[in-house]
Amino acid sequence: MSQKTSAPISRRQFITGAAAAVASVTIAPGVFLMRPADAGTAEGVRWGLLIDSNRCGDCNACVTACHEENGVRGMDRPRTDAQWIRKVELRDPDTGHSHSLPVMCQHCEHPPCEDVCPTGASFRRADGIVLVNKHTCIGCRYCMLACPYKARSFIHETLTDQAAHAPRGKGTVESCTLCVHRIDRGERTTACVEACHDKGNGAMLFGDLNDPDSAISRELAEHGGTAIRADLGLNPGVRYQGI
Amino acid sequence: MTAKPQFRALDGRSGGYYGLLGILVVVIGLGLLAAVLKSAHGHYITGMDNQIVWGLPHVFAIFLIVAASGALNVASIASVFGRTIYKPLAPLSGLLAVALLVGGLAILVLDLGRPDRLVVAMTHYNFKSIFAWNIFLYTGFIAIVLVYLWFLMERRMNRYAPTTGMLAFVWRLILTTGTGAIFGFLVAREAYDAAILAPLFIAMSFAFGLAVFLLVTLAAYQWSERPLGDLILRRLKNLLGVFVAVVLYFVAVYHLTNLYATRLHGVETFLLLEGGIYPALFWVGQILLGSLLPLALLFHPVWSRARKVIATASALVILGGLAQLYVIIIGGQAYPLDMFPGFEVSSSFYDGVVVPYTPTLVEFLLGLGGVGLALFLVVVAIKFLHFLPVSLADHKVDPHHASRTDTVTASAET
Ligand code: SF4
Ligand code: SF4
Repeated sequence: MSQKTSAPISRRQFITGAAAAVASVTIAPGVFLMRPADAGTAEGVRWGLLIDSNRCGDCNACVTACHEENGVRGMDRPRTDAQWIRKVELRDPDTGHSHSLPVMCQHCEHPPCEDVCPTGASFRRADGIVLVNKHTCIGCRYCMLACPYKARSFIHETLTDQAAHAPRGKGTVESCTLCVHRIDRGERTTACVEACHDKGNGAMLFGDLNDPDSAISRELAEHGGTAIRADLGLNPGVRYQGI
Repeated sequence: MTAKPQFRALDGRSGGYYGLLGILVVVIGLGLLAAVLKSAHGHYITGMDNQIVWGLPHVFAIFLIVAASGALNVASIASVFGRTIYKPLAPLSGLLAVALLVGGLAILVLDLGRPDRLVVAMTHYNFKSIFAWNIFLYTGFIAIVLVYLWFLMERRMNRYAPTTGMLAFVWRLILTTGTGAIFGFLVAREAYDAAILAPLFIAMSFAFGLAVFLLVTLAAYQWSERPLGDLILRRLKNLLGVFVAVVLYFVAVYHLTNLYATRLHGVETFLLLEGGIYPALFWVGQILLGSLLPLALLFHPVWSRARKVIATASALVILGGLAQLYVIIIGGQAYPLDMFPGFEVSSSFYDGVVVPYTPTLVEFLLGLGGVGLALFLVVVAIKFLHFLPVSLADHKVDPHHASRTDTVTASAET
C-alpha cells in the first residue's frame, strides 16, 4: 500500500474490472487508496484452485490460515459467524468411505450471486475473481440465497480489528476473495494453498486456468478434475479431484 | 341507469377512530424500534443467520406485496371488465393496493443490512437482477395506481380512468410474476425450482388481496355505520371462494409435478411429511384452516350469509397465506442444499442438515410494523379523502335490485 497515486479512476471502472491495471484498497468507508496493480486483472488470466480431496487431511489448516489472513474472527456464535472457507466431510453411505474437502467461493464464471444482486455489488473481475463491493452492498442477502455452494456469509454484528486489505462491515455480505490482495501484489498463491503446502499435504493448487503451461492446467490436463454441481453449468474456477 | 355513487370522507372524530389510529401508531412505533435495535446490534439479534437468510420479516413483506396487487382486483373488475357493481369500491381497492405495497416495501427496506444505503439501491442498477426490476415494478405500480385513483376521483378525469385501470391491471400481473420470480431464479434451491411459482403467486395475490379487501370493507362500513348491502358482499365472498380454490389447484399441481420428479422427492417429503413445523403449517395452516375451512364457510348456504362468517373466512385466508409463505420462504431455505448428490455430508456450516429457525420478537415486530403502516395509511386516507361510498346498500349498487325484495334475492342467489 506504499505506491499511492491519485489517479482519477472512477469506482465504476473498479467495479467492472474495466480498469485492468488498477485495484483499490479501502482504508475507511468512502476512502479509496488507488494504486497501479500488477498483472492482477490482466486480460486473459483466470485464477483458480484445484483441490485434491485424496490428499486433503484431517486438518483445518486452510480454514485457519484464511480466516487469520483476512481477519475473519468468530464471536463463538456458530449460526451467525462468518466462514469464508469450511471443511466438508463426505461419507459414501454404500461403502462407508469418508473423505473431506474445503469449500469456499467457487469463483463461478457465470455467478448466480452476480446475476441476482440488485445493485451490482457482487461482481466478477476480468481475471475471474468474484468479489463483493463493500460500498454498494445493501445487505439484501439475495446473493446468499442464490449461491449454490453456500459460499457467502453476512456480517451480523459490529466488527473491530479488521485486516486493512479485507474491509468488512456490519450489514454487508462477504466471501472468499481468492486472496485478491496477494494477487494484486503480484504474489501467486493464497493463504489456504500456502497453509496446505506447509502442512505437507499439498492438496491445493493455485494458478491460471487459462495458461496451458501453468501447474494447475497441466495437472487438470493430466488427471482431470470436476466442479461441484457441474450440472448447473456455472463453470466454477475451483476444481476438485477425488470427489 | 345507475345513480352516481356518492363518496364522502369519514367523519373520523369518534373515540373509536382515534383509538384505532392510536393502536396503529403504536404498532408502527414498535416496528421502527425493532428496526433501530436491529441496526444498532446487527442481525444477530434476529433468528436469521447465514443459513436462513430471509426470515419472518420477509414472510410479512412478501405477503403484503402479493396482497397489494390482489387488492386491486375490485378496481380491475370494475374498470377492465366493466362490472359496474364494483365501481363504487374501486377507489378503496386502489388505495389498499398502494398502502399494502408501501407497508411491504418498508419491511423489506428496514430489514436490509444497510437500510441507510437505500439511495445506492435507487442509483445502482444491475439489470440482470430480478430484484432491480422489482424496484421499478413496485415504484411504477404505486405511481400508476395513484394516477388511476386521481382519474377515478376527479370528475373531469373520469374518462381516462378505464385506460389507466387497464394499465394498472397489466402492471400488477407483471409485478406479481416478478415477485414470484424472485424465488424462481434460485436455481440451486430445489423447492423453488418450478415454473409454476409465477401463476401460483398470481393466484395467491388474487386470494390474499381480496381477503384483505373484504375485511377492510366490512370493518370500515361497520365502524362508520354506513349501509353495506348483501348484494355486493355476496359477490365478493363468492369471488374469494373461487380464488382460494384456484390457489389450491396450483398448490396441488406444484406438489404433484415435484413428486413426479424423483430428484425432488427429498424436498417434497420434507415439506409435506417429515419437516416438522413445515408440514404442520402446510396441512393445518395453509390447507385446512387457510383453504378448506374458508371454502366451506364461504359456500355454506346458510352460514355464508352472516357477515361474521365472511369476515372469519377472510381472516383465515390471510392466516393461511402467511403460513403458505412461511413454508415457501423459510422451508425452502431450511432444507439442505444438495451439493454432493449421493453422499452424506457434514460441516461446521450446517451442510447436510435441516437448519433450525426460530423467529424472534424483533422480526415479528418489524413485520407487524409494516402491516400497521399499511392500515394506518388506509385509515388516514379515508378520513381525508373521498374513498368510501356513502352507501353500498343493495339498491345503490344495483338499481334493478330495488324492485325485488331482499329476501327473494338472497334465496335465489345463494
Ligand atoms: S460460489 Fe457462490 S459466491 Fe462464489 S461466485 Fe459462485 S455463486 Fe458467487
Ligand atoms: S447482499 Fe449485497 S452483494 Fe448480496 S445481492 Fe444484496 S446487495 Fe448484492
